[in-house]
Amino acid sequence: MTVVQNSERVLEPLWRIRLKLFARGFKKNWALFAESPIGLIGLGVIVFFGLIALAQPILVNTVWEPKVYDPINGFDIEIPYHPSPPSARHLLGTDVLGRDVLSQLMYSSRFEFALGLISAIVTVLIATTIGAVSAYFGGLVDTILMRLVDLVIMVPFLAVLIVMSALMGVGMIELALVIGILSGFGGTAIVIKSQALSVKVKPFVDVARVAGGGHAHIIFTHLVPNLMPISLLYMMFVVTGAIFSEAVLSFFGLTEIQMSWGLMINTTQVFGYLMRFDTWWLLFPASLSITFLCAAFYMVGRALDEVVNPRLRER
Amino acid sequence: MWKYIAKRLLQVLLTLLLFQIVTYLLMDAQPGDIADLLTLNPDIPPAQREILRRDLGLDRPPLERAVVYISNFYKGDLGVSFSQYPRPVLDIIMERLPRTLVLFLSATLVSFWAGFSSGKVLAWKRGGLIEYSSTLIGVFLYTVFTPWFALMMIWLFSIKLGWLPPGKFLDPLLWLDTPEHVNANFIFMRMVWSALIGSGMTIVGLVLSKFLPSSLRSASNWASVIVPFGLVFIFWGYFTGGLGSYAWDILSHLVLPVLTVTLIGYGGTMLLTRTSMLETLREDYIMTAKAKGLPEKVIRDKHAARNALLPVWTGLVFAIGGSLSGGIITETVFSWPGIGLTLLQAATIEDIPLAMGALTVTGVLTLISHLVADVGYAFLDPRIRYH
Repeated sequence: MTVVQNSERVLEPLWRIRLKLFARGFKKNWALFAESPIGLIGLGVIVFFGLIALAQPILVNTVWEPKVYDPINGFDIEIPYHPSPPSARHLLGTDVLGRDVLSQLMYSSRFEFALGLISAIVTVLIATTIGAVSAYFGGLVDTILMRLVDLVIMVPFLAVLIVMSALMGVGMIELALVIGILSGFGGTAIVIKSQALSVKVKPFVDVARVAGGGHAHIIFTHLVPNLMPISLLYMMFVVTGAIFSEAVLSFFGLTEIQMSWGLMINTTQVFGYLMRFDTWWLLFPASLSITFLCAAFYMVGRALDEVVNPRLRER
Repeated sequence: MWKYIAKRLLQVLLTLLLFQIVTYLLMDAQPGDIADLLTLNPDIPPAQREILRRDLGLDRPPLERAVVYISNFYKGDLGVSFSQYPRPVLDIIMERLPRTLVLFLSATLVSFWAGFSSGKVLAWKRGGLIEYSSTLIGVFLYTVFTPWFALMMIWLFSIKLGWLPPGKFLDPLLWLDTPEHVNANFIFMRMVWSALIGSGMTIVGLVLSKFLPSSLRSASNWASVIVPFGLVFIFWGYFTGGLGSYAWDILSHLVLPVLTVTLIGYGGTMLLTRTSMLETLREDYIMTAKAKGLPEKVIRDKHAARNALLPVWTGLVFAIGGSLSGGIITETVFSWPGIGLTLLQAATIEDIPLAMGALTVTGVLTLISHLVADVGYAFLDPRIRYH
């Protein structure tokens, strides 16, 4: 690490200063974030689902017998009639095929997180690159990239996804990549570009150029880090969209995902239990999980919006 | 301005062309085709399947078919549906498009109006329990899993309360002994026209009542809403020779989907208006208006809300485009025979011409709504000029 030698004393190493700055910034932003209960509620829900997702594999290997509680292949022989209502053995009952609903719910939440994360990262990678590059270079590059973005925005998103998955049968990874790419080339890129335009005219960019920094250097070490807050914000909204789209596609039975919240509802529908409210545990847990997790990411996004955008704050 | 619109129209056409090429090739990349589905019966010899495939033109290379399809499309020929042979695709789309448009335009307009008026009040009264609870409700409506929400609406209004029918476009038992020339579309198109005439009269009435003295204005506003629609109802009830009951049947099936889509759209518009209002309220001219001692309602509605409308307008137009594709969900759950349901059904049975037709119509509507958005900016914000 670089040690800055002063005439009198040895200063702190650079990484520690950076860490301190980061911690200070984090503390300040956390205070702003914590001001709004909306964001805290959202964060709480996300943490809850995260714990659930982590707990499932542990539970299956310790308390739950894998043969009975496996979310995809499990079957409880000791119960004569499936779907069975919630009991001490199955806290949320069993589904039509004799599988434990709670275990399915917990198992699926892991995949929802993975799906959301992959598509959000893909989106942000694409959108940040497009935004930064087109703001930095301007001119022809900007025109081409922005027309491309216009084109993607105009495409009816869900309709294309439905047609695509109806015809080809997509898995989780493909779905996450498609959602990520479509939303990365979409509206997110425009928002990030407008932010990049305001960063580009800051003096430190000029200084970097005068100091001999190349284009790639300026874009990736000076522009992109300043776009990160707004990228993070839009990641949240992408996660909401990704989870929702997956749930809808699985609900229509169009994906090749083995287990997800949408698929749980699809199974319920296929076996004709959809409009029966005496078997509520087949419909409500999965639907509410989708709703709550989508809402949680959206609420965190809104709270982050108030941190990033000072004009929205109360004071 | 006109030059700009012409330029945008050209861009729209180009986008549409690209969209069609990509989606056609995408659809073609699927394994299997409708010939496999139509000849599932093991008694049909394989040779027959090949003949069928040749007759449907499925043995040609994909690129050639795409070119043929797209060039026919611009001549106004959308082909013949494979699954509803020999019905032309254009015929099916013309039957179903009005149903989708009515459902989503009415729902979007109502949710926009309600969301905008409540969002601006919420931003004005910041803090406290009302704000948090309404934000939570808004977020819930915005992110709720649409199929589940629609099911809950069906459960509440048609199973528990029994007020409205649970789905579909009409009740077939009621339509058994209709006169020869009467079918669902015959009634529905006349309903659309009467509703349009009624709304036109309402708008004229609302505009005219602006010229009245303020004491009469509220009464005349209400009158211009109630009188035209009262006239429409009287017309259907007494002057159509008993066709009113059929119209009533369709109308009662329309209410629940419209209500569902309205509620879902309401959440988004309300949240968006609130954010946009909060940003506007920071502006200096709001401070000036307060300092001048203008009444709060004037500042809120005349000074802030009009400027806060701009992003919400974007949201509205995107919502029309989005709800057309998102409408697949609502239409499926309510079995509402619109474009979305047609698209889903056609795509699952690999009826390429019908699926392409439905997808293209959705695309065209989305493109038009984006165009309308951009042109609308110029009217809403005089600072924006297109060259």
